[in-house]
Amino acid sequence: MAHPGPTPSHRAPFERTWVLREQRDSIEALQADVGRALHDFGYGEACAFAVRLALEEALVNGFRHGNKGDASKSVTVRCRVDAGLMQLEVQDEGEGFNPETVPDPTAEENIEIPSGRGIMLMRAYMTSVEYVPPGNCLRITYRREEGPRA
Amino acid sequence: MSAQGPIRISTEPECTRVEFTEKHVIDEVVIRQIGNELTKLVDASPRPRLVVSFTGVEHLSSAALGTLLTVMNRVRAKDGQLRLCDIAPQILQIFEITKLNKVLRIEKDLAAAKASLGGAA
Repeated sequence: MAHPGPTPSHRAPFERTWVLREQRDSIEALQADVGRALHDFGYGEACAFAVRLALEEALVNGFRHGNKGDASKSVTVRCRVDAGLMQLEVQDEGEGFNPETVPDPTAEENIEIPSGRGIMLMRAYMTSVEYVPPGNCLRITYRREEGPRA
Repeated sequence: MSAQGPIRISTEPECTRVEFTEKHVIDEVVIRQIGNELTKLVDASPRPRLVVSFTGVEHLSSAALGTLLTVMNRVRAKDGQLRLCDIAPQILQIFEITKLNKVLRIEKDLAAAKASLGGAA
């Protein structure tokens, strides 16, 4: 009989760092690795959906706004998952920015503007979203019990 | 991305129906391509009546929302109509969080979307 693996609460934390260029294949591989880690620790589909969305938005912001589309620059992603918490750090090579300067996309005067919803979505789905000064490193956490806060 | 492109377009008596061929509408390059194809569709019609079905779509990024808004503005500029339909609950939540469900007209399914289109085709 196959010996069962460790239960999620006894499993060693998943910890990994990726240094990415803007290539779809490597982003998909990262998403798959993080998704597998969440699954291994027993996180549900709602969490997997939320983390995929937040990670996608963070990477797009890093490549497009942080690195300004410079293909020679990379985005570094650090991830740690254990039974109760998922932590991500997404760091670009840009100068950083102040997220408070991003206008509220749900305000009447902004609602039809096509851009500016990525940070809002991350904040809606994650437990916390924090820009580490000078603002080129995004720290995202998802605490298991809380789930999407929409 | 499939060889057939990121969207499938079919012309029906009441409208032009658009469906996504991928379950993840998140890649910026693909979203730009979708935007270009939808723009062509809108530009080709004097008064576009567009129904975008989200059947099978499991993930959507903010860039995709932006493209839908751009298309909506083009459709509106031509006095046309745009409907979204067949949206899975987790995707609908994205529209609700961003309050775009108040700007973009969302119908339950294709039949409801077609029924909601007013005026001559």
